[in-house]
Amino acid sequence: MKLRKTSMIRSLIVAASVSLMAATGAVRAADSTAPIVIPIHNWSSQIVMAYVLGGMFEGMGNNVEYVPADSQAVYESIRNGDVTISHEVWQSTFGKSFYNAMEKGGVIDVGTHSATTLEEMGVPTWVIDEGLCPGLPNWEALKDCHENFTTPDSGGKGRWLEGPQSWHGDLMPERLTALGLDDKWTVKFAGGADALWTELAAAKKEKRGTIVFNWTPNFTDAEGFTFIEFPPYEEGCRIADGGDGTCGSPKGWLKKAANYKFPKTHPKAYTTFSKVDFSTTQIGEMAALVDIEKMDHKDAAAKWLADNEDVWMPWTK
Amino acid sequence: MDTLSENKFLQFLLLLGIFIVLCMIIPESEGNPLWRLPPLLAGLPLMINNGVDYLMFDWLPVAVYDPDIEEYEQIPIMRQFTRGVSGFILFMIELVRELLLGGVKTIVTFTSWDWATENQWARWPALPWTVVAGGAALLGYALSGWGLAIFAGVAFSYIAVFGQWEPSMQTLSFVLIAAPVSVCLGLALGVWAYKSRIAEAILNPILNVAQIMPHFSYLIPVMVFYGIGDHAGAIATIIFATPPMVRLTLLGLKKVPAEVTEAGLMNGCSSWQLLRRVQIPTARRDILIGVNQVIMQCLAMVVIASLIGAKGLGNDLLIALNRLRVGLALEIGVCIVLIAIVLDRLSMAWANQQTDYFANQSFTERHKHLLIFLVIFCAGVVLAFLGSLVFKEGFNYFYLIPHNKGITTEPFWQAGVDWIWDTFFYSLKAFNEWLIVDVLIPIKTAYLGMPVVATFTLAMGAGFIVGGIRSALIVGGFLLFIALTEWWDRALITAYLMTIAVLISGTIGIIVGTLCAQNKLSSRFILTVCDTFQTFPSFIYLIPVMMLFGVTDTSVVIAIVVYATIPATRYTVEGLRSVPESLHDAGSMSGVNRLQRYLSIELPMSFPHMALGINQTVVFALSMVIIGALIGTDDLGQLILKSLSEKSGVGNGLVLGFCVAFIGLAIDQILRTWANQRKAALDLA
Repeated sequence: MKLRKTSMIRSLIVAASVSLMAATGAVRAADSTAPIVIPIHNWSSQIVMAYVLGGMFEGMGNNVEYVPADSQAVYESIRNGDVTISHEVWQSTFGKSFYNAMEKGGVIDVGTHSATTLEEMGVPTWVIDEGLCPGLPNWEALKDCHENFTTPDSGGKGRWLEGPQSWHGDLMPERLTALGLDDKWTVKFAGGADALWTELAAAKKEKRGTIVFNWTPNFTDAEGFTFIEFPPYEEGCRIADGGDGTCGSPKGWLKKAANYKFPKTHPKAYTTFSKVDFSTTQIGEMAALVDIEKMDHKDAAAKWLADNEDVWMPWTK
Repeated sequence: MDTLSENKFLQFLLLLGIFIVLCMIIPESEGNPLWRLPPLLAGLPLMINNGVDYLMFDWLPVAVYDPDIEEYEQIPIMRQFTRGVSGFILFMIELVRELLLGGVKTIVTFTSWDWATENQWARWPALPWTVVAGGAALLGYALSGWGLAIFAGVAFSYIAVFGQWEPSMQTLSFVLIAAPVSVCLGLALGVWAYKSRIAEAILNPILNVAQIMPHFSYLIPVMVFYGIGDHAGAIATIIFATPPMVRLTLLGLKKVPAEVTEAGLMNGCSSWQLLRRVQIPTARRDILIGVNQVIMQCLAMVVIASLIGAKGLGNDLLIALNRLRVGLALEIGVCIVLIAIVLDRLSMAWANQQTDYFANQSFTERHKHLLIFLVIFCAGVVLAFLGSLVFKEGFNYFYLIPHNKGITTEPFWQAGVDWIWDTFFYSLKAFNEWLIVDVLIPIKTAYLGMPVVATFTLAMGAGFIVGGIRSALIVGGFLLFIALTEWWDRALITAYLMTIAVLISGTIGIIVGTLCAQNKLSSRFILTVCDTFQTFPSFIYLIPVMMLFGVTDTSVVIAIVVYATIPATRYTVEGLRSVPESLHDAGSMSGVNRLQRYLSIELPMSFPHMALGINQTVVFALSMVIIGALIGTDDLGQLILKSLSEKSGVGNGLVLGFCVAFIGLAIDQILRTWANQRKAALDLA
């Protein structure tokens, strides 16, 4: 606690002296040559975007380094300065880790992409086409189709395969209860994204019904995925926030984060990073280069940079 | 003797009877302390967490000048220290890496980023892959002969040709630092434990915990203390890989006959000479098994280490799996196994080299390998230069084959996986349903239905029957810790998964081990299979297993069984092979047939070995708990995984890790005491 106070005073002093120096024209505007550390997680769009950003920074004369990191644990590293930025902070999945780290001090919010995200339970579109649950995507349809979604360990109930519990805690079990569906449905927490994709592939093979947690933009968009429409989200509607818990997920934000020193060490790169703004389509394009066209991540980033100069060039100016 | 063992059997029956009665009479209710103990230790994780935070962020701050933001910063001294260690390890890894792959970091260490950015020519060039592969082959030849030379050369060429060169060398550079550090550290600690009883007493529990604790639970502390990157991965790997080395060094040194040590002393060895020239060489066999284990453990950690920043194959593998490209992941897995086997064979050959004290060689004879290497180096460089003229499209195939630009066998592997899926899916589905509904769920319910008092009675009673009051108290102590946290029910689920997996693994391991131990060739073969599976990243078979069995406990059990069968098999083979030939002969002369010989001579003789094998099976099964969590479980593993994103993640992760470790230690206590008793009995006989 003490440290944070001193650092606040310090930054005030720095701010004061920087403005003084700016007035006298003596400020050092050039970026540090120390490398900007960009994390690599394990999904396509994030990796391609890491290389895209890295390419942009390198084009501006910065040194860049990539480091593999766990997508939850990375915020602790940003806070400590071991990683400089994170460019895909998903609201419902990483929001908690992000704000936890911010609360401890050391992480700053560098703005939001225009891409909106949705993270929600849903079904592959063919489940609807096969008529396994007539009435979807309206959630009320769930009231009488759970038999098509049972698994051996679900005890006769239909199964929702939710992401790891670390992503949203008990949100989904609470929602089931709130909607009065808990006598027909049960929630199973998967261990990771791999488990979700495997479930999608296996269910398709067997043509059995499956409800999984998923998000968009994602590579599953290409094959057709329909999100279930729950009662709309309002501020405070979740049980954790004091509501009745029946509501679905909000349209989520996709943020950018950085270590608190980044604006000072790399003012130009920071300015560029704060202008970076990807749309859902652009993120989809990046993911598709890897997932559909099977390109290597680095090649995909190089191709995207070459094809979209008019998009990113202005940011670096 | 007979009546006593009969007594023990009766004692066990009595214990079981009491246990069942306790289960029947104690009602399930949250407030009843006989049913579940109150979570008195619930605050412990937060305390640990605050302690670590204080140590890392508040304790003894010193002012350090940060040239990048041109101001002084208060950095706690602990953080300065750990970051110093990280910097050193990272420097070593980068040095090896840049020797292999080229780069700029080592140059930056001696100059600065500013200088390196201005002087773009100052880049260290990579070694062409032909030179590295040739060098590995030459090393194999020098240490052992043509066989190893061909194997090492082919393995490295395979890695290059299949386009995994860069990540493989990244992984190699990381292992080349982590493995020697683990070996040296293990050797030093092992010798220390041998010299001092107190050290042994202190080290033993630490080793036990370090070995059984799931690696995930110390990832977060390592990351907080040492930051993220290859060094953090290396440190986590060292924590994981050192314990077996310490143990085996100690075991080997203890087995050195007193006569040998005395002979050394009579020849006037100093304490250091005695150790270096007499005891360690005599204990070589066990120490070498230790080295083998270190290398295997290091490569087994490659994937986990990539979660905290280790570059290379592990990270690529996770990415490939996330896109469900099992074929690509398999290819990467093969590279990891190849590196493991090459390193293992080379280090074995090196350690087994005999010094020729009488040779009187000329300069060229003594340095012939160095000279040959120079030839290979020059040839490789010339070839790389020629390659730069031939290949115009930016990839010089004689220099560095770029990532994923080599030949790929992915479609082949993918087709294999698809075939397995198509062929077995429906038949396995019925089996899966039966297993879940009729076996797994009832057992799980039974475990969760145990009152805490009954569990304690059973475990402590078993400890008492086997090892007296001491064992009973130790077992009770371990369980008490778990029972006082909030996670007793989770621990029961972990115990249920582990019990089933150990039963299956133990049965398979002992049967397969017994069959393969019948002759020398098949024993060697099965030991290589064990090595392969120990380093082959378990993540790869998670996907096919999940495809076949769904996100269910069956998948978890299968994933654990694949890994946990290794020690059961290994120790069975080694136990049976260590039964002296003379005993076989004595048996045959007494007119026993093969089966009788097995049942009444080999099995009892190798029982202590097998019991240790089962002990290790338990350890392996528990360390897989976290892999099970990646499929989807509701046990301790799930919470450890969750602790990665929690505010008090350090404390939660560590305490959960202790819970897992303590389950293992309680079982270890009972099994080890029993094995030691049997050993003593056999020596007497």
